[in-house]
Amino acid sequence: MLNFILLILIYTGIYALMAIGQNLITGYVGLLSLTQAGFFAIGSYVTAILSVTYGIDFWVTIPLAAIVAGFFGLVIGLPTLRLKGDYLAIATLGFGEIVRNILNNWDKVTNGPMGIQRIPMISVFGVRVSPYEKWGFLVLVWLFVLVGYLLFERLAKSRIGRALEAIREDEIAASSMGINTTRYKVWAFVFGAAIAGVAGSLQAEFILSVTPGAFTFMVSIMVLCMVVLGGMGNFKAVILGAFLIQFISYFPQLVGLSNVIPPQFKQILFGLILVIMMIWRPQGILGRQKRIAPGSFFRKGGRS
Amino acid sequence: MILLETTKLTRAYGGVVAVSEVDFQVREGLITGLIGPNGAGKTTLFNNMTGLDTPTSGKVHFNGIDITNHSAHKICRMGIARTFQNIRLFKELSVLENVMVGLHFTTGKSPVTGRIGAAFHSYLRAREEYELMHEQAMKWLNFFHLEAFADELAKNLPYGHQRELEIARALATSPTILFLDEPAAGMNPFETDSLMKTIRRIRDLDITVVLIEHDMKLVMNICDTITVLNYGQNIAQGTPAEIRHNPKVIEAYLGKEEA
Amino acid sequence: MGSSAEFFQHLMNGMTLGGIYALIALGYTMVYGILKFINFAHGDILMVGSYIGLFTFDAIRGQTLGPWTIVAFFIAMLAGMLFSAGLGMAIERIAYKPLRKATRLAPLLSAIGVSFILSNMAAWMWGTKSRKLEYPFDNTPLHIGGVSITPHQILILIVVIVMMVSLKLFVDKSRIGKAMRATSLDQDTAKLMGIKADRIIAITFAIGSALAATAGFLIALEIKVYPSMGTMTGLKAFVAAVVGGIGNISGAMLGGILLGLLETFGVALLGIPYGLRDTIAFVALIIILLVKPEGLLGKVEKEKV
Repeated sequence: MLNFILLILIYTGIYALMAIGQNLITGYVGLLSLTQAGFFAIGSYVTAILSVTYGIDFWVTIPLAAIVAGFFGLVIGLPTLRLKGDYLAIATLGFGEIVRNILNNWDKVTNGPMGIQRIPMISVFGVRVSPYEKWGFLVLVWLFVLVGYLLFERLAKSRIGRALEAIREDEIAASSMGINTTRYKVWAFVFGAAIAGVAGSLQAEFILSVTPGAFTFMVSIMVLCMVVLGGMGNFKAVILGAFLIQFISYFPQLVGLSNVIPPQFKQILFGLILVIMMIWRPQGILGRQKRIAPGSFFRKGGRS
Repeated sequence: MILLETTKLTRAYGGVVAVSEVDFQVREGLITGLIGPNGAGKTTLFNNMTGLDTPTSGKVHFNGIDITNHSAHKICRMGIARTFQNIRLFKELSVLENVMVGLHFTTGKSPVTGRIGAAFHSYLRAREEYELMHEQAMKWLNFFHLEAFADELAKNLPYGHQRELEIARALATSPTILFLDEPAAGMNPFETDSLMKTIRRIRDLDITVVLIEHDMKLVMNICDTITVLNYGQNIAQGTPAEIRHNPKVIEAYLGKEEA
Repeated sequence: MGSSAEFFQHLMNGMTLGGIYALIALGYTMVYGILKFINFAHGDILMVGSYIGLFTFDAIRGQTLGPWTIVAFFIAMLAGMLFSAGLGMAIERIAYKPLRKATRLAPLLSAIGVSFILSNMAAWMWGTKSRKLEYPFDNTPLHIGGVSITPHQILILIVVIVMMVSLKLFVDKSRIGKAMRATSLDQDTAKLMGIKADRIIAITFAIGSALAATAGFLIALEIKVYPSMGTMTGLKAFVAAVVGGIGNISGAMLGGILLGLLETFGVALLGIPYGLRDTIAFVALIIILLVKPEGLLGKVEKEKV
């Protein structure tokens, strides 16, 4: 049982990384992007291919995964982000599906539907971190989450974060105040993509294999639900959202009712969460962060 | 000296010509008024000069540079700021933050490392940068006596203060020219008076002001020169006294006298 | 002579596929025109309609193929259309109406949620295995001048043309159609003119959903009925709507047909593997967004400052 809970916590961590990225894109800039699955997949495959085919060490593949995912964020972002947010959602969803399609069909590189197996495990300073002994992996994942949280939080509280929010509030006014809105939107997108790539990398090292089937747009929806449920624009909240969604996801198994409760249960619940949260409490459980100055991370209240 | 001018600026939407071959000049140091009946094309002209719209034909020059096809953010960075007819504040941000957004592109500019460097810098010295921007933003809030509202959400501000905040935000971009689109809309005479004083104070900061207005008392009182548009065309230009007696202007507003 | 027959073959196939996309795209475009909102759940409403049609058909068709089966088929299609219309209106009332004044994101997220609920409830209630919809007639292809056309394709073409013409006439000539156009141009003013915007919106959803259900039912003969049938087809129809110009009824028709032709010719001529077929739509989407984002027949809508 403990093992199972550790597993859930590890997935929570991996998804929390994606949720942090999603929070920047959707919570701060206000763009509805459903791409995280695609970047997640890219990150996973980069690590898989590099470590299996070329024997490159995990720690080298991680920044590469982030960079490649970020690059695709740029490629997808540039054409789609200059449009109204409404079509962005479908365009980004389509992108995720294209990625999965390509991964499924590009047999030479990705080994098609069978995916890539036997990915070498991570080692930290010569010590192997095995996903079978969950504790080590758990700590590793959450260290990444901590770093990701700190990085993104700082970005969001800075002048850049304010510009992103200005874009969300009123793009025309923001650009009239000298902000190159397209550039900033693309950057937010790229950062969100990069962290999803890192999450993918970790996922590959956890499951020790990658298959296209693991990256359906369901992943993007889950990440979105985490942000919506926890609180848009609030990094701590989305991590909470990640916990909640993962626990809901594994609930039937946790309480031993997986024979009774159908697999569609969690998906229906996610759908309901989206609808109900939007109607009843769109700001999420924790709501947006109170507006305080940076540097008050350790001091409560700050300048407010 | 002419700071900004349009040459035969035309903006047509399919068959509808909103602005037709307009020559419009903004002279340094003078408060310029742009008036005309509703639908005359004033805001469209503004939009075409500030990069929010692109003219169908004609040119716009700022300090000799052709800015006709420049984007809004580029034009702002060159020194032209504006407010909007329907107030476009960042509603969910605080009053202070709204002004800080105006300070955005002038802060942390490093000619050496450029924008990425600036972003990274902004990242490392978050506290320092915040203090700096805070101080500058408060200066602008003080200008409008809005300091007390600094941490209030912009959307909660009373209407008159919202208009002032919008101007403060525009001023924070350190403009050479400030375009005000109907700043007195919805204001009572008391507030309008206060606005008049504010505009004069802005002029004293060596910022050239251009305003679209319907409030004739304000326009006649404060503008040094007035341009009149009607049906998209520039029908008159001159001092308030000249404009007041110009038969074309009177006709535009009141209609042709029945013989 | 051989290749020109081939050309017409592909043209035929492309047009029938395109007609299907067009019917579905119409639903998206009409809703967008009125509410400036993309109904993510559109494809799933189509799916539910197809299931209802299937159940009705299986219940009433009897054992042998004959004129009755064809009638039964149309009755079943009608049942699916009506159910979808009702479902569309219900969803609008429950999940979208409360969010009309909310931020841009809210109705979109809600729509995604609805889409999820629908497709998964369908999987739960009716199982994930795809179900066959029996042909109500003998579907052996006819051969006309080297081109083989199945009665199925003829059926699709007829239905699509009838629907599109009816819709165009309805929107252009009828009072409700006029009200729909007014509401899509300026909702508040339309209300001031005495138009019950809520009712018009509901009617728009009803019509769009019914059209989609028709398309779904028709294509189910070939691709079968299964819970996720709405998602991909819906997505591609959305692309068609965007390509043609979203908010524009003629655009949806054009976009649908174009997409159908692109897919057919793409697979046939460019040898794009069947697995990547769906990608054609998304590539088309990216291209149109880059080149002419308002769509082929759309007009640039500059936000009023």
